[in-house]
Amino acid sequence: MEVNKNIKMEVQRFTRLNRLLHILMIVSFLSLALTGLTLKFAYTKWAYILSHILGGFESTGFIHRFAAVIMLSVFIIHLIDLIRLKKKENKTFRQLIFGPDSMMFNKKDWLDFIGSLKWFLGKGDRPSYGRWTYWEKFDYFAVFWGIFVIGSTGLTLWFPEFFTRFIPGWVINVATIVHSDEALLATGFIFTVHFFNTHLRPEKFPMDIVIFSGRVGLEEFEIDRPDEYKKMVEKGELENYLVEPYQPIVIKAIKFFGWVALSIGFSIIIWIIYAMLFVYR
Amino acid sequence: MYYRNIVIFLVLALFACFNYSFGQSKDDCLMCHEDKDLKGTKNGRTFSVFINAKKLSSSVHNDLDCIDCHLDLEGTDFPHADKVKKAQCLPCHEDVQTLYDEGIHGTAYKSGDKLAPNCQTCHGSHDIIKVNSPGSAVAPIKIPFLCGSCHREGAPVQVQRKIPENHILENYSESMHGDGLLKKGLSVAATCASCHSPHRILPHTDPRSTIAKNNIAATCTKCHMEIEAVHRKIIKGELWEKQAHVLPACVDCHQPHKVRSAFYEQGLADGDCLRCHNDVNLKAKSDGHSVFVDYEKLQGSIHVKIACSQCHSNVDQSKLRPCEGITAKVDCASCHAEVGDEYKTSTHGLLYAKNDKNAPFCSDCHGTHGVLGKANTKSPIFSPNIPQLCAKCHREGEQAAKMYTGSEKNIVNSYVESIHGKGLMKSGLTVTATCTDCHTAHHELPHTDSTSSVNKNNIAKTCGNCHYGIEEQFNQSVHSALVTKTEKPLPVCNTCHSAHQIRRTDIVGFRLEIMNTCGNCHNEIAKTYFDTYHGKVSQLGYSKTAKCFDCHGSHDILKVTDPKSHLSRQNILSTCQKCHQTATKQFAGYFTHATHHDPEKYPWLFWTFWGMTGLLIGTFIIAGAHTLLWIPRSLRYKRELKKRKEEKNISNNSNTDFKI
Repeated sequence: MEVNKNIKMEVQRFTRLNRLLHILMIVSFLSLALTGLTLKFAYTKWAYILSHILGGFESTGFIHRFAAVIMLSVFIIHLIDLIRLKKKENKTFRQLIFGPDSMMFNKKDWLDFIGSLKWFLGKGDRPSYGRWTYWEKFDYFAVFWGIFVIGSTGLTLWFPEFFTRFIPGWVINVATIVHSDEALLATGFIFTVHFFNTHLRPEKFPMDIVIFSGRVGLEEFEIDRPDEYKKMVEKGELENYLVEPYQPIVIKAIKFFGWVALSIGFSIIIWIIYAMLFVYR
Repeated sequence: MYYRNIVIFLVLALFACFNYSFGQSKDDCLMCHEDKDLKGTKNGRTFSVFINAKKLSSSVHNDLDCIDCHLDLEGTDFPHADKVKKAQCLPCHEDVQTLYDEGIHGTAYKSGDKLAPNCQTCHGSHDIIKVNSPGSAVAPIKIPFLCGSCHREGAPVQVQRKIPENHILENYSESMHGDGLLKKGLSVAATCASCHSPHRILPHTDPRSTIAKNNIAATCTKCHMEIEAVHRKIIKGELWEKQAHVLPACVDCHQPHKVRSAFYEQGLADGDCLRCHNDVNLKAKSDGHSVFVDYEKLQGSIHVKIACSQCHSNVDQSKLRPCEGITAKVDCASCHAEVGDEYKTSTHGLLYAKNDKNAPFCSDCHGTHGVLGKANTKSPIFSPNIPQLCAKCHREGEQAAKMYTGSEKNIVNSYVESIHGKGLMKSGLTVTATCTDCHTAHHELPHTDSTSSVNKNNIAKTCGNCHYGIEEQFNQSVHSALVTKTEKPLPVCNTCHSAHQIRRTDIVGFRLEIMNTCGNCHNEIAKTYFDTYHGKVSQLGYSKTAKCFDCHGSHDILKVTDPKSHLSRQNILSTCQKCHQTATKQFAGYFTHATHHDPEKYPWLFWTFWGMTGLLIGTFIIAGAHTLLWIPRSLRYKRELKKRKEEKNISNNSNTDFKI
């Protein structure tokens, strides 16, 4: 491989599809959160203004449903991508799910978790995190849970006339609570815990753009994911993943998008805290 | 001839022996006066003194002797002197004579007016017969001609004496009375004597006169006894007698001599008034306000047929300036009695009675001489003009608005923007409710007054005047006091619709505010509404989701247990289907007023909520603790990395490129 020695090479961590799906996920998630929370916190002035900025409840309703369809599509495309991956690598489902780079929790995650806690308390070194850390896996499965809980209740609320052919009317009330509170959990979690874990922790501050660019500096990679780095080097595959970094303009665009997403997320968090603490009813 | 005279003399002389015992009998007189050629002289004139014995015998005075009337001849010798006084009616008709003497005929006669009539002028002399017999000279049918002999146009009396009326006989004969008497032969129809009295005829300026203003009613009611009943709309019954001076006299409308069944042109000489009041610069002496009367305006007014003096009823024609007596404002109530009564008990009227200078009087709203009917587009009381009229005082900043202490603000502008105001002024619907439709025109009272049209208990009826169907529904609803007996205040029309800002009920503003309106009383249930989708969307300011009245109905709200209620078991599905067309019976099981705060009523919602909240709190505690522990470590780690990097840079001799 021809390498320009004047350029710091970077490691490719995410495929183009994964990156696209995450962007779509962000867009749809923010849309869902913004439009959904206007209803949840309808009693705040904020919600009133936002709802009108977004074109009224019919418009926000449309955006909400449209974004829901996108998110569901992201979810389905990801599942299809997994099956494609399975075929490509000739794996069984078992191998796919419980393989070394799988998202499924394994023993190392548990050890890493314990190790992390020790590290936090100064009773050990930083664990040697691998391809996926346990908090990343938690986020990943949170989406599965969220899609199932919010998606199913959301569909019920979307077509109440249809669903009440099979279920009693009061289930719609229950679905409303579940949908709304689970959404509060999801947004609250993403905009605080996920944001911190991924972007705001001091060594990544203010943001980690790897999910958008798909590539990370080799040095940073080695420090951040020592286990993955080690395995790559051992297998002699590191070279296969090295790519040139993006042009500065692309990085700028990515950062701009990142800032917008982060700002929206933080605004929503402030709004939620304000609504929950000061005007809750 | 001489012989005969002697015979008569002898006979008379014979009688003279018994002079005082049997007097001078009629036959004695007739002995001479039966002679058709008998002549007498008086003032150098010669005239017949023949007396028709036949006529005399059929007269009412047949039983009397000549000297009973010819008093001066009593005891005189035959033949009596040429100069004989007039026959005297007095000894018998003393009462009538007194009346005659007081009357204008009598006084004129006494003062030597040659044109003045005496008894005989009208009644005749020896041929006086009963008044009610057709042949009488003073039989009703003949009276107009009798009086007319002097008072007809061109007669000396009419020409030479001051008689204010003209064409009396013509007018009379064309009048209702004349028509009845002369054409229809109704002998009971009023003649000259019926009104002017037969003997004491006096000018109308004399207060004793039967046709004086104060007496005319009594005169007319001699025949028109039940006239109060006919005029009760115009003049209140008891006033006819008690306050005749403030009332228009009969003749003000029914002109003298021209009495017809219809109203007539101004009788009492509007022209006389206008002689002065036509002057644009005419000012009242008292305070200098203009007393100019724009007659043209008056001509266009609804009172065109009403004479000045009918309204300005204190006019006294006995004075040089008949209007001198006018001290009070025109009291319209003398004709418009019912309206007057209403006004007197209204706030306007009560304030006026207290001499409040801001209190409106009739003329302040209706104008004065140019008063127009309410159907006239130029009238201030033509319905589209009413808001402006009332606004003169009730607009913010004006006197009435300053006095008003109630809760309504900016009344006039609110009305203009209201559905009624827009209907009236923008859409030009003259039937739209204006101020007076709700507050009434003459009986406006504050809503606190139980008789007020806008009192809580009357408002439904007031609105029902136009919105009848709604009132009917409302009266059967739970909100009606007819249905629900409660101590708590029940809503009425304006509780929800407001008083002056009434809006279309399908516009966003109304649909949104109704929730707060209902919530004023139904506080708890309104809160739970806001916990559901319908309520939340509404709270964001959108009107399209179901509002209270979309499900409960508006004017026809019934208890949910009532089978006719929109929310009864029978009806709830169709109520839901108004918006959710494909809804099924189970769909209607949705709790539209659900709350997750009530574990007894909604256990599922309560426990779901707390389950979800538990999950949320649990997740955040774990993730939050993880993060909080991570932060200080991460800060230290960052510094460590920096340090490591610097060391590495030194060791690599500034060669920072990673080499493969």
